[in-house]
Amino acid sequence: MKTILCALLCALPALAANDDSFLLRGATIHTVAAADIPHGDLLVRDGKIVGIGAKLSAPKGVRIIEARGLHVYPGMIDSATEMGLTEIGAVRETSDTTEIGNLNPQLRAAIAVNPASEHIPVTRANGITSVVTLPQGSMLAGQAALIHLDGWTWEDMSVLPDAAMVLQFPIIQGSRGRSFRAGQTTYAESKKTYEEHIRELEEFFESARRYQKAKQAKGTSFITDLKFEAMLPLLDGKIPLVVEATKERPIREAIRFAEREKLRMVLAHGEEAWKVAADLKSRNIPVVLGPTLELPINEDDPYDRPFSQPGELTKAGVKIAFGSFDTSFSRNLPYQAAAAVPFGLPHDEALKAVTLNPAEIWGVADKIGSIAEGKWADLMVTDGDPLETQTQVKQLFIKGKPVDLDNKQKQLYQKYLNRP
Amino acid sequence: MRRLAIAVFAMAAPLAAGTATVIQNAKVLTVTKGTFEGSVLVRDGKIAEMGEKVLIPEGARVIDASGQYLIPGIIDCHSHIAAESINEGSVSVSSMVGIEDVLNPEDISIYRALAGGVTTANVLHGSANAIGGKCTVLKMRWGKSAKEMMFEGAVPGIKFALGENPKRAGGGPNPFGGGAANLRYPATRMGVEDVIREAFSDAKAYQAAWSDYRAKVARGERTLPPPRDLKLEPLVEVLEGKRFVHAHCYRQDEILMLLRVADEFGFKIRTLQHVLEGYKVAKEIKEHGAGVSTFSDWWAYKVEAYDAIPYNAAIMVRKGLIVSVNSDSAELMRHLNTEAAKAMKYGGLDETEALSLVTINPARQLAIDNRVGSIEVGKDADLVIYDKHPLSNFAKVEKVLIDGEVYFDREKDLEERPGLEIRRKALLDKEKEAQKERRPGDRPQSEGRPQ
Repeated sequence: MKTILCALLCALPALAANDDSFLLRGATIHTVAAADIPHGDLLVRDGKIVGIGAKLSAPKGVRIIEARGLHVYPGMIDSATEMGLTEIGAVRETSDTTEIGNLNPQLRAAIAVNPASEHIPVTRANGITSVVTLPQGSMLAGQAALIHLDGWTWEDMSVLPDAAMVLQFPIIQGSRGRSFRAGQTTYAESKKTYEEHIRELEEFFESARRYQKAKQAKGTSFITDLKFEAMLPLLDGKIPLVVEATKERPIREAIRFAEREKLRMVLAHGEEAWKVAADLKSRNIPVVLGPTLELPINEDDPYDRPFSQPGELTKAGVKIAFGSFDTSFSRNLPYQAAAAVPFGLPHDEALKAVTLNPAEIWGVADKIGSIAEGKWADLMVTDGDPLETQTQVKQLFIKGKPVDLDNKQKQLYQKYLNRP
Repeated sequence: MRRLAIAVFAMAAPLAAGTATVIQNAKVLTVTKGTFEGSVLVRDGKIAEMGEKVLIPEGARVIDASGQYLIPGIIDCHSHIAAESINEGSVSVSSMVGIEDVLNPEDISIYRALAGGVTTANVLHGSANAIGGKCTVLKMRWGKSAKEMMFEGAVPGIKFALGENPKRAGGGPNPFGGGAANLRYPATRMGVEDVIREAFSDAKAYQAAWSDYRAKVARGERTLPPPRDLKLEPLVEVLEGKRFVHAHCYRQDEILMLLRVADEFGFKIRTLQHVLEGYKVAKEIKEHGAGVSTFSDWWAYKVEAYDAIPYNAAIMVRKGLIVSVNSDSAELMRHLNTEAAKAMKYGGLDETEALSLVTINPARQLAIDNRVGSIEVGKDADLVIYDKHPLSNFAKVEKVLIDGEVYFDREKDLEERPGLEIRRKALLDKEKEAQKERRPGDRPQSEGRPQ
């Protein structure tokens, strides 16, 4: 008997070598890309979705997860964070977001992600499985990374270590980003700085183009330059340029810039993108919006301007995704999307904007963003609509592996709830 | 009898002509008296009657709220809107200054807060000093003067602040104002305690000097009054329970410290604000009797917020404290209803407990619960109509009434936009014309948008 048991136990790991194979049964499957499947089954093998439908049978050795009455969604994607690059906002030592200098295309966010950050388990506990983490800084800030919110090392976590190049588009602004006031930076001074920055940027791109040609020519005098080298995937159209711009004027300038340089552009922030919707649409420029829960940028804007813009852009045919533009608030990503729903964004579009749309924008829709055969099983199992605050995330899978939903905050909760 | 009624009506008429309003067919979430589907009759700014059926008085305005939700106006126990300045950060005790003196009734944040269902806010001095300035409770009566916005009869407050903010001003660049480094005592939590103790020690002496003087006068003795001290006067009011202490705090050690100092000098902390580690010392807070007003889920923006948990509000409710959820932000203030919903997700409060966090509980903390915070006959008609359940992320505010008057109406807001746009364009064109006459590159000074 003992031998038989041992044989069974020993055989089991061989059959289910990884815990990334399972049959999830009886849940409402919200595929996002196609219709919902009530009482559906989802078969996952080796981390990938291999079957979606009703009454699937589990292959031998594949464990069954009963999920009757629950809902399955693709894991959510936060398209703009500083995840892993910052821990405590006010403590400089914990921040690796912002390097010195205006032109740093060679910097890679992926390699500075701290896998032990407490923000990671806190964020994923609310159903977010992937985030884009962006370097900050003046002008060319570096390369953003698309990362999974689980992994032993930053290498494990990387989905796309070079997801995009980040550009803070130069603007004319007063001290500390505020309006112009007496005794501080004048408009004329700021305009001069702005013009210098634009010139610097254009010259840098021109030099990068020359470098690209020189490299292609394979001349004997060619010397490797890491900054220009980092520009090549961008110039070759392999990665997009994420341009952070808020107001209409820099957005328009950025569009012209990207067009001139023949770059694939993603607009980030874009508080006044609604003014440029037609141009964004005609050039297929997607927008990473957010946060939605913010004040209008102008005093005389309608009070609901940030809430209504996502619906307006979607109606105009512009592809949108949401970003928290934060780290500690990344977990509230679904509520950023939800806030636009009562003001005109259709519910299914809101859900897409935190799942499939970002996957498409970042070029990983073959792997994540919806529940479809062949994609990674990045899944959240909930007791309701993830866009509603009261909904609880019951289970989470990244590449089919169950992810621990515990975190520092839940531990403190239990500890002090039970304090005598 | 009838003649008397007419006489009374005639007397009231100039003040309250046509002020009866009936909100009907609403799902009414009273917060304190359960939930029902029916009507609320508002007369002379007060809730006069409520129930499944209410007789509509002749000439009353009827608001049909079929399929909609009615809740009491939201109360924000921690705000800085409508204040032209927030911090008098140059001294460690700034009790001589007050928000009341710097109110700006035209701050657009007031209207935006209204549009988010807020009808009352506790407007506080900043957190640069261990003992900060005086605070004021406002109703969001947009369009009225600063004085008319003040909540009549509300107990005035004073801001205290513990931890990183007051001690940060003691070293390095002053975060509360531009310019050079500002060395100011205190620079540690030890110093923060000392500042508060010193101030109350002085206040006690000052109080004694005045009571001594009054006793002498009462005995008919001729004597000179002590010199007035505008810094100590508000602290004496605190000692006498006439002014509420709203204390900004984070860590459990500093919370406990303040409670002990208050015990020592014999006064009460009315509310602990932020109180992100309140969940760790809920027992001690309860013993002292302080209310707690916290964020729903802010954390990790500074070291003292690293142990902040979104379960804070729920734990403190379960431990028997009066808990409110506040904004401290002109933005967050616009959706305190869904901030409250987070305490359902994190810690499992029920709907009424969650709504209480932003209605009756802050009202109790500010001792204005006899007037606002729930839908009850006799209370102020401060009411919010939502199109969906107010704890849903998909709800939006349709109308907001204060004292029975409609101060926000989404329909009207939408109607007015084209006209406002025309006026805005006209002003811009005028400005462009004027600019042509100025030197190029020279821009008019702008105050910028509210911070």
